[in-house]
Amino acid sequence: MPPFLRALCRWAFLILVAWPICLVVLGMNVRHRNRLPRQGPAIVTPNHNSHLDTLAMLTLFPWRQIPKVRPVAAADYFLKTGLMGWFSLNFVGIIPIARKRGADQADPLAECYAALARGEILIIFPEGTRGEPERMQELKSGVAVLASKFPLVPVVPIFMYGLGRAMPRGAFVPVPFFVDVYVGQAMQWGQDSAGGDKKTFMASLETNMRILGEKHERPEFD
Amino acid sequence: MREAWAGPVEKGANAIRQGIEALPTPVFPQAVGYTFLGCYILLAVVTLTIALLRRRNPARGFNEIRLRVRSFWFIVILATLALGFARWFSIVCIAFISFVAFKEYLSLIPTRRADHRVLFWAYMAIPLQYLLAGSGWYGLFIIFIPVFWFLALPMRMVLIGETRGFLRAVGLLQFGLMTCVFSLSHMAYLLALPEAGNPQGGGVALLFYLVFLTQFNDVAQYVAGKLIGRRKVTPSVHPGKTAEGLLGGVAVTVALALLLAPWLTPLSLYDALGAGLLIGFGGFLGDIIITAIKRDLGVSEGDSLTVGHGGILGRVDSLTFTAPAFFHFVYFLHY
Repeated sequence: MPPFLRALCRWAFLILVAWPICLVVLGMNVRHRNRLPRQGPAIVTPNHNSHLDTLAMLTLFPWRQIPKVRPVAAADYFLKTGLMGWFSLNFVGIIPIARKRGADQADPLAECYAALARGEILIIFPEGTRGEPERMQELKSGVAVLASKFPLVPVVPIFMYGLGRAMPRGAFVPVPFFVDVYVGQAMQWGQDSAGGDKKTFMASLETNMRILGEKHERPEFD
Repeated sequence: MREAWAGPVEKGANAIRQGIEALPTPVFPQAVGYTFLGCYILLAVVTLTIALLRRRNPARGFNEIRLRVRSFWFIVILATLALGFARWFSIVCIAFISFVAFKEYLSLIPTRRADHRVLFWAYMAIPLQYLLAGSGWYGLFIIFIPVFWFLALPMRMVLIGETRGFLRAVGLLQFGLMTCVFSLSHMAYLLALPEAGNPQGGGVALLFYLVFLTQFNDVAQYVAGKLIGRRKVTPSVHPGKTAEGLLGGVAVTVALALLLAPWLTPLSLYDALGAGLLIGFGGFLGDIIITAIKRDLGVSEGDSLTVGHGGILGRVDSLTFTAPAFFHFVYFLHY
């Protein structure tokens, strides 16, 4: 598909799906929107509770930027069927990655490197899976690998609350809830890895995301 | 060449002219139109006064009152659009207010993950209730949520089978639906009342009377409290409310209710006195009830949880009480 046609598809998805669901049905309440990266290359790392997370993330960026905003998603899930794969790749604009390293030993993040080199903005859910709604899990270290290869690229932690209530794993129809989004301060490999250690970097990313989420008292949900 | 174009151009112009003629004329009657005009003049005067005061005294920013005035500009413009286009559009707008209020309520209360589908059912009550309001089917409108949905929600909930926290979950849901949907939908039903009941301008004029007085009452109580407020009237719920503010605000509201009644409603002088008292005290009660709920849930006034989407519950709190109260007052007397 030529690039301009793909951009049109992505805008169509933004305007016909993401905006109506997130801005009218749900309602987004974003704090520190100015901390979002103005341009790529950049990585934003939200927590993951729901399929709606990707839609919500897309609405945070100005519409002009959308063709360059790429959600990173599990190939084994989204490319399972041909139609869903075609839709995910062209309309949602996902970068598919293999959650398990295949027999060919290729680097699963190769496409992410290329995207960052092109100056795109990656949306990576470092928990790797939605899991239990509104409970944060241990982070996978892919973000640290990317950050170490691109030490100048800002990594922006984000915490979202409400989407897991609106559409938890297993539900097929969203139920409207207001969504809170907290954007954290950008991190960089040089400052937050304390001498090039991936574990340290992931630990401080996890702390930053948790702190964002603890700013407000939440109603119970279980 | 030019002649070849003349036909289509004329056709197009005719189509546009016909389209404009077919546009619905503003549905509100003259009395409402003039009162709207009054609102705009009042707002313009207030805005100008503040601008002059600021020029005289630049040190004081008057920021709080400027924000309030600005939000009233928005409200009045939106209300003009909502009421001026078509009857069904007004009802859709009120339904949307219900929807946002109910969504905010659900976002604040604890919910159970198991109840996902029950919450969906609860939301479905909104279009149904407003459809009933718009169609003017009074018998079903008035029992739909208190009876049918009152039975349907626990039924759906018990079929899911989670008993832990059952009573709390079903109780919280019912209260939200009654407050945000059933109560507010009385505003929409005013629009479906037969025109003959109010020769001054039908249901639209009554709706305008209700909303204008309720909003005015909020402001009057706030201003009276700032000017002469001393004795706290509900110290444990809302420390900002004073007896002087309450009574002063109610007095102003009653005066305005008497003034506007012959213009907008079929109410006699004594009836208007009753309506003014009902809206004055009812608005106060609605306000402190929502405040009590927010305090119970641990949300303080002006908490950032409602920043950005403006806190619609705080805007319609008085109406959750005055809308059904005023509706049944008028309905009993004149319909």
